[in-house]
Amino acid sequence: MNDATKSRLRHSFRAPVVRAATGIIAFVVLFAALAPSVSGWQYDQIDWDRIAEPPDASHYFGTDAAGRDLFTRVAMGARTSLAVALLASAVSFVIGLPWGAIAGYIGGRIDQAMMRIVDVLYALPFVFLVILLVVVFGRNMYLLFIALGAISWLDLARIVRGQTLGIRNETFVLAARCLGASTPYIVKRHLVPNVMGPALVYTTLTVPGVMLAESFLSFLGLGVQEPETSWGVLIADGARDMESSPWLLAFPAAFLAATLWSMNLLGDRLRDVFDPRHGVGDRPRPGSL
Amino acid sequence: MLAHVLTRLPILLGTFAVIVTAAFFLMRLAPGGPFDDERRLPPEIEANLRAAYHLDEPLPAQYLRYVGMVLRGDLGPSFKQKDFDVNELIAAGLPVSLTIGGIALAFALILGVTLGTAAALHRDAAGDFTIMGFTALGLALPSFVIGPLLGLGFGVMLGWLPAGGWGSARHCLLPALALGLPFLAAIARLARGSVIEALAAPHVRTARSKGLSRHRILLRHVLPGALTPVVSFLGPAAAAMLAGSVVIEQVFALPGLGRYFVQGALNRDYTLVMGAVIVYATMILAFNLIVDLAYARLDPRLRVRS
Repeated sequence: MNDATKSRLRHSFRAPVVRAATGIIAFVVLFAALAPSVSGWQYDQIDWDRIAEPPDASHYFGTDAAGRDLFTRVAMGARTSLAVALLASAVSFVIGLPWGAIAGYIGGRIDQAMMRIVDVLYALPFVFLVILLVVVFGRNMYLLFIALGAISWLDLARIVRGQTLGIRNETFVLAARCLGASTPYIVKRHLVPNVMGPALVYTTLTVPGVMLAESFLSFLGLGVQEPETSWGVLIADGARDMESSPWLLAFPAAFLAATLWSMNLLGDRLRDVFDPRHGVGDRPRPGSL
Repeated sequence: MLAHVLTRLPILLGTFAVIVTAAFFLMRLAPGGPFDDERRLPPEIEANLRAAYHLDEPLPAQYLRYVGMVLRGDLGPSFKQKDFDVNELIAAGLPVSLTIGGIALAFALILGVTLGTAAALHRDAAGDFTIMGFTALGLALPSFVIGPLLGLGFGVMLGWLPAGGWGSARHCLLPALALGLPFLAAIARLARGSVIEALAAPHVRTARSKGLSRHRILLRHVLPGALTPVVSFLGPAAAAMLAGSVVIEQVFALPGLGRYFVQGALNRDYTLVMGAVIVYATMILAFNLIVDLAYARLDPRLRVRS
């Protein structure tokens, strides 16, 4: 990270919205970690005297139609959503980084073919494939990570390829080639470390998308299974009963929306910091009509 | 133009074949079959049923038989919805999905470009902040949250519009709104960025110094170039919108294609799922071809010489 990037980063994180977004994410992570132990309820424990009751002093977010504490369940849902989002993003990183680096370094026909595949995959409605996969292999958390990761590496591959094209003819790469280094060695030891920074930043951009996809599947009843829960499951349950118990929809929806908003914002800002060419924020003020 | 279509055609057809083949074998790999879950059938009857639907043949033979049927335009009988064949079910569901999707797309495109352009023209002013705040919210609220909220607000509490079901034009509004909002937000952001960029471009400065009117500069010099990112976003957006329609159809109890797909996948209605996959793939690929062509028209550098 050079000094200009560092100063842009510092400058960017001084903005109030960025602080707010960071705060929200920190809050959600803490909430996921701590809330189940402070609520006094298990996420699958039934309070028979309090079925579908609004928030009060013993159930901070109220109870659901089965008498379970919503506060605890929202926190458990946060754990699922965060875990799926992080692991699936890691999977997309593991696929997208080598794909882009290899295509960019080798170039020529192989590059064209590899990027053509990315183009084609871009246009496909992958959620359908994930639905089929989930149906075929059963509802399994690990499958969910891998399937969601396997559909979200496309952007990353493009970015990494672009970055690789930028450095493949640098002198250190040429020097390595002159010394007789093999292609896999150059990709692994010289290219990947150099594109790692931007690649990590772009991976943060995939996190909200993956989180959304997980909620989407859970909403359809194809994600995690009862009594395990996720925000999508809670929102689906809440939407069913929203007329009689609106808090069941309000709390999980607010958590999901706030988290997605913060992650979108941070991702955008990080991209502006690491790739100033992309954003328009740092340019001299452009003209108007 | 024709040459452009012809160069794209092999890739499109190849993609189509891969999708259909992958979906076919994935479905058959799934444990369980269409005759499992109801009351256990006597083995002789089940064997007869399987034979009647050719499920007793080896998989490659079933695949070839299916491909042959599809090429003749017959998607086969539904395994689960007795007395219906898949062509009939799709003919019933597709218009619903297309209507909602079409309205949502048009709404997102027109309003998104308008709002994005307006925000760019008033950059860093109050209007810009309002529009950008609204779009940030739109991106953070997935359609399965907006949908129930709209249904609750306009359908149940205010009673202005039906909160679900299908029948009249009024039934389209809430689902289309819920489906389109996230895309409206994304398009507005894209349009804002590229209009800001275009406003600073030398050719726009030239147009301004020639003394052209603001309208003419905007419509003739800024927008055509600035809209290319929006147009190229439409391909992936259409795919995402199809996926979103599955949820929207569930939320608003619409008899559309998405519900058939999910139900069919869950209860192993092989032919129904395959039919839905084929229709979805066709729509997506056709739409992408149209987007490619529109893109070529908007950006003269990409126009293929024929």
